[in-house]
Amino acid sequence: MTDLTYTIGMVFIFLGIAFDFFGVLGLVRLPDVYNRLQAATKCVTFGTAGILLGVFIMQGFSSFGFKALLGIAFVFLTSPVAAHAISRAAHRSGIPLTKETVVDQYQEDHELKEGSHVSA
Amino acid sequence: MKILRWLGGLLIIVAFIYFNFFVYNGEILIKIINVGLFCALFVLVRVVFGPSPADRIVAVEILGILIVGILAIIGLFYDQGFFMDVALIWALLSFIASLAFSKILEGRQLDD
Repeated sequence: MTDLTYTIGMVFIFLGIAFDFFGVLGLVRLPDVYNRLQAATKCVTFGTAGILLGVFIMQGFSSFGFKALLGIAFVFLTSPVAAHAISRAAHRSGIPLTKETVVDQYQEDHELKEGSHVSA
Repeated sequence: MKILRWLGGLLIIVAFIYFNFFVYNGEILIKIINVGLFCALFVLVRVVFGPSPADRIVAVEILGILIVGILAIIGLFYDQGFFMDVALIWALLSFIASLAFSKILEGRQLDD
């Protein structure tokens, strides 16, 4: 762990922990579940992946560093799938949107499909 | 009432940042781990007081992701590689748990 890799890794870890902090702040602060999900998914793609990238840069090509790289790949693959499944399940089970919502195209598509199905 | 709650949260965050970064003198990695654990505490607020079940599921998923990052920094601090194994297993189980919870929330069975 030389001086240069230590500095670059600490910069990435600081960025990651800052993104985690602001994502969690959005999770507490925003009005409904879809907004919260949108804020909280940022804390995955930049926060935790940034921390793991910093750990990889600091550790280099050891087993610890490769496990961190594997963690980045795994988190990037699985987290959007989970977020999509949660938001779809929340919308289908009828959890209401916030009052400031302007447009809800998923609901409109659903009603359009239901209407065509009934008429046909 | 709402502005009072907002000011309370701001006071808590400012007090935490002041005591963590300016009063407590430890290693810098310990300070970063403290920030992560503080975030986990905020997520637990959403788990307890969440108005709908989907809020709780989102909060638990984000808690798992946070724990992965915190475990990576803990492994860096102690210079031990096996913390990363725990982090990988935790990410896997958190992913499967959130998929299963969302399927149950949608009203389907697990083997659909």
